[in-house]
Amino acid sequence: MENNRTPILELKDVKTYFRVPRGVLKAVNGVSLTIYKGETVGLVGESGCGKSTLGKTIMRLYRPDEGQVLFEGKDIWSYRKKEKKEYTKNVQMIFQDPYACLDPLSVVSDIVAEGMKIHKMYSKAELENRVLELLGMVGLNRDHASRFPHEFSGGQRQRIGIARALSLEPKLIVCDEPISALDVSIQAQVVNLLKRLQKEMGLSYLFVTHDLSMVRQISNRIAVMYLGSLVEIADSEDIYSKNYHPYTRALLSAIPIADPAVERERKRILLQGDVPSPVNLPEGCNFCNRCPYAGEECRKKKPELRQMEPGHLVACHRAGKI
Amino acid sequence: MENKKILEVRDLVVSFDTFQGSVQAVRGVSWYLNRKETIAIVGESGCGKTVTIQTVVGLNPKKNGSVKGGEVLFEGKNLLDLTPKQMRKVQGNQLSIIFQDPFTYLNPTMTVGEQIMEPYLQHHAVSREEARQKAIEILKLISLPSPEENMKRYPHQLSGGMRQRIMIAMALICSPRIVFADEPTTALDVTIQAQIIELMNSLKEKIDTSIVLITHDMGVVANMADRIYVMYAGQIVEHGDSDTVFHRPKHPYTWGLLNSVPRLDKKVADDLYSIPGTPPDLIEPPKGCAFAARCPYAMNICRTSQPPRIEFEEKEHYASCWLNHPECIRRRGPVRREGASDGK
Amino acid sequence: MEEMKTMTFDECAFDPLPEGSLDQDQIARKKTTYLKDVWRNFKKNKPAVISLAVMAVVLFFVLFGPMMNRFDYASNDYNSVNLPPNAVHWFGTDNLGRDLWTRVWEGGRVSLLIAVLATLIPEAIGMAVGGISGYIGGKVDLVIMRTIDVLMGIPSLIYMILLMVVLGSGNIMTLVIAISITGWMGSARSTRGLVLQLKTREFVVASETLGASSAWIIAKRLIPNTMGIRVVGITMSIPSVIFYEAFLSYIGLGVTPPAPSWGQLIKAAGEVFRYYPYQFIIPCLCVSVTMLCFNLIGDGLRDALDPKLRS
Repeated sequence: MENNRTPILELKDVKTYFRVPRGVLKAVNGVSLTIYKGETVGLVGESGCGKSTLGKTIMRLYRPDEGQVLFEGKDIWSYRKKEKKEYTKNVQMIFQDPYACLDPLSVVSDIVAEGMKIHKMYSKAELENRVLELLGMVGLNRDHASRFPHEFSGGQRQRIGIARALSLEPKLIVCDEPISALDVSIQAQVVNLLKRLQKEMGLSYLFVTHDLSMVRQISNRIAVMYLGSLVEIADSEDIYSKNYHPYTRALLSAIPIADPAVERERKRILLQGDVPSPVNLPEGCNFCNRCPYAGEECRKKKPELRQMEPGHLVACHRAGKI
Repeated sequence: MENKKILEVRDLVVSFDTFQGSVQAVRGVSWYLNRKETIAIVGESGCGKTVTIQTVVGLNPKKNGSVKGGEVLFEGKNLLDLTPKQMRKVQGNQLSIIFQDPFTYLNPTMTVGEQIMEPYLQHHAVSREEARQKAIEILKLISLPSPEENMKRYPHQLSGGMRQRIMIAMALICSPRIVFADEPTTALDVTIQAQIIELMNSLKEKIDTSIVLITHDMGVVANMADRIYVMYAGQIVEHGDSDTVFHRPKHPYTWGLLNSVPRLDKKVADDLYSIPGTPPDLIEPPKGCAFAARCPYAMNICRTSQPPRIEFEEKEHYASCWLNHPECIRRRGPVRREGASDGK
Repeated sequence: MEEMKTMTFDECAFDPLPEGSLDQDQIARKKTTYLKDVWRNFKKNKPAVISLAVMAVVLFFVLFGPMMNRFDYASNDYNSVNLPPNAVHWFGTDNLGRDLWTRVWEGGRVSLLIAVLATLIPEAIGMAVGGISGYIGGKVDLVIMRTIDVLMGIPSLIYMILLMVVLGSGNIMTLVIAISITGWMGSARSTRGLVLQLKTREFVVASETLGASSAWIIAKRLIPNTMGIRVVGITMSIPSVIFYEAFLSYIGLGVTPPAPSWGQLIKAAGEVFRYYPYQFIIPCLCVSVTMLCFNLIGDGLRDALDPKLRS
């Protein structure tokens, strides 16, 4: 269905492991995913599922142990020096913690200008105008430019982070939980801003989050991740209406709805227990110890992603039967 | 439910002196709590909800001068008048608090069992063995798997959800009359959040306790609260029971809070509603309505005068907004909330 | 409610405000800079402020004291030997008839110059080495840190004596190099520790994703952010360097006479302390006051820079 579109980033069976004292932590354990030009892919999962590691692997901050990351068809780990620098211009990141992601000793204009100075994109006079232009795009003004990060609220800081990411005119932005540290009323501000910028600049996003309700507002497709592997990939609306994987269903059911009348009627799938440690993964399906439908096969064999409908992939032995 | 007030806060004013001026964090807040009831204080970060709770439980003692006025009545006593020693008897015993981030409040060098027992040993003349039994009992109550074993562990060996449950166990071991929960689920994953909400709701039935919930997440509120206080810039702007506030809110800020929560049971909107801008700096609170700068319905009068509290037909439902003023309704007609669903 | 009905309203009181008439992202607070903040907190510490004032006075005399009378520090006057303080020779004279007022302030110049240079040079080296070691990590870090471990195991006096022998003693630069050669290691270790904490912070990672080189990150992100804590270390190490210089002069490894330094003056006067105590007490007082002041200033800075006390 996506045939007419060009892929911008392809992940091919990416595995990122960490050596820890107790063994090998398989943070990303064989993820294949394609992001097309101009689309937003939501990557959803609970903490510790490896979604942030995947984001950082794409940023070239971690080198995958196996598999390939292809940007516009070329493996990002085969780059020469010049290409590496070019890559940082093409792919940018927005961070989770609006308090930690800005240098406390730099004023806002220096923070936003940093990338452009590194890449020597503008002359000094142009640079100042460009910084103001970028701040304007995220709703901040000249008065804000000379202030320090600690004078801003969380939402404003996150907008500064967005201006910094935009400064290099990237093609793809990895948003690593950009809204999870913000108030719900401010989250929508940031999401709307990202949507508007996407429309104006033709950006692609990988939107990493644990929040299935907000990610729906921005994503074209959603990938659900559990313990290092993708369990379901589908068009955004299908995840909510035609989902197959019991984990996706549990995630959706856990989201509270802001209406007491609806909540009273609602039946919840409560998952038992916590996410197991990614150091010693279960032999069969990663989800089998929390899954209410787990059978014999699930405990023995790891399920592969298979196509349930065009463009809708699910990794579950019992998908479609439950 | 017996409608008996066990805690009442009257006209609480708290401000902190900084070199830039005094930050008026809480500007005359009144609320009460009934027995076996859950109330929610809802607002964005920086609206003064956490400061209010800290003042009530005595983490913000009067002697440092930040409490500028008001009273906190608990069982007929004004908690603000107690000496630190008297307050310590109430803290952790009759009033206890669950923090947002359990990791920073747990001692990394003590086993969680020791930490759960600690408040019980402090407030009761019991042997360690009795305290241990009590701790196990509480852990079973909050359905923590294999309590005996988990008590021997250290905080870093537990997951986020487990740590939050340990905090809850610590808060509950003395069978407090009131539990204050400051964003108890914000740091947790949704599946764990659902577990904790379920747990806290069931506890109200199991042990005779009331809950004061502080959060910015209307979804959590819908699941837990009986009554809701909406707080903005250090003031209560709307109050009512849960159904009223969700289905017939009267303050534009409440409208904004409700509209900005994406709802899974609704279609995706083109543009998600958001409250624009940032809450005002409480060093110089605006002269008129504090919300005026962010309010799409702001009028001339909002800029100059504080809105009065206006009551509505539902019991104890009130809001502070000029839109509800009879004179405004006479001149402009009732202003309706945009993009609202009127519930069922 | 009664009151409300009696209120009267303007004609246009309930007219909607035009959009954008109030600033939604307004920051009401005055602008502050980091330095202003630090200064405000520093001022609260009275001993530190007094010390700063005293140091300013000492510095004034060190700079202008020698010009205040007609004597220079090296010329002898055998008619006026070992005079006690008087109207002509304000601090008296020494056994060669040299004016002590001039010699004390001239000696202060030498001592303070050595102190500042022998603190800043090793600090700069230490920051660079510590920054590289901490940020690059891996084998580079291993080699650097083990080298420092080995070098630190050797008593620093041995290096100094060796260096003096090789470079010839008596020169200010020799002294600075001798003190610097051991001084950078402590600063390198401390900077490395701070960098290790900082380098996983998101704002450093953000610079990496913007394509910054290691040199850029170390120079623009890491070192400035360790500076706050290192400044205290720097201020605190000045008195120990002053003492070190005095000590080296005392054992005969310092600057060569007639050039004075505080250590040199103390050494010379120590021999005749019983007969002419004023010759000894004045330079001792200078060293002690300066050391005390720098320690108190360092103390004040530590409190002022402590992030917990800010905000």
